[in-house]
Amino acid sequence: MYRIAVLGDRDSIYGFAALGLEVFPVEDAEAGRRTLRNLCEQEFAVIYITEALAAQLPEELSRYEEQRLPAIIPIPGVVGNTGLGIARVKRSVEQAVGSDIIFTDGDA
Amino acid sequence: MASTQVNPTRMELTRLKKKLTTATRGHKLLKDKRDELMRQFLDRVRENRRLREEVEAGICAANMNFLLARAGSQDAVMNTALLAPKQRVSLECGVENVMSVEIPQFTFKTRTPDQNDIFSYGFAFTGGDLDGAVQSLQDIFPQMLRLAECEKGCQLMAAEIEKTRRRVNALEHVVIPELQENIRYITMKLDENERSTQIRLMKVKDMMLQEAHGYETI
Repeated sequence: MYRIAVLGDRDSIYGFAALGLEVFPVEDAEAGRRTLRNLCEQEFAVIYITEALAAQLPEELSRYEEQRLPAIIPIPGVVGNTGLGIARVKRSVEQAVGSDIIFTDGDA
Repeated sequence: MASTQVNPTRMELTRLKKKLTTATRGHKLLKDKRDELMRQFLDRVRENRRLREEVEAGICAANMNFLLARAGSQDAVMNTALLAPKQRVSLECGVENVMSVEIPQFTFKTRTPDQNDIFSYGFAFTGGDLDGAVQSLQDIFPQMLRLAECEKGCQLMAAEIEKTRRRVNALEHVVIPELQENIRYITMKLDENERSTQIRLMKVKDMMLQEAHGYETI
């Protein structure tokens, strides 16, 4: 039985607690890194992380990219959408195809 | 290339030929695998993009609602309201096998079946904004889960496609040409040996004939 975690600054994530997800508010990147590592070792299958925090921990994210679990998914925080999430999708297209063929139609 | 230590023997030739057959078959199979993976990947990545746009818009809207709710009431009230969630979500994780890439499949279960358990507070002290905010987040949650599944799948498949592509290229441009070159070299060498033996025999025959009967040959 797996669980879902939400990681990021408090203002962005406290709403998820009401849904029954487990929230882990962190203040800075270092605390985020520690918490993320901690979470990855526990039974969390999905970890939502705010884009602002994810941008500060790129190496941690790529470390878990090729493992089946956990899935670390960036979500926009309260400061707005930074485009990091979609950039990651773009990157996986580039990795697979060799060039970006999905996002070239101008609207993304 | 061929000069790199190949024994020009029949045994080596058979070995190399066998290796070439395997390599060609492997190449064909891997190429098929790559093509199929690519087809599925493209479908998935399109869905991934659609879901991501949906989820990002949804979360932004929910965040806006929360901001409003926060502005409309005191901090302490908000904190108390969300302090002890009633609902709890847990995940079942299955595995879908797509061309030997194991992709996780999530289904979520809530602890209580009641939809309204997301409101973990009495309605007396909080504004309606908060209800709307929580509800908007709840509405987007199934999509968020699908996004997680889809995005993880895409990442795993992308890694696998890259690996497969490298293997296909290595076979196509390095292993198979090298084997063919080596085989060619050995066949040439063996033919050459064969011819030289033949000539030697003919020469010996001539010499023997000349000795026995005095035949004149060139």
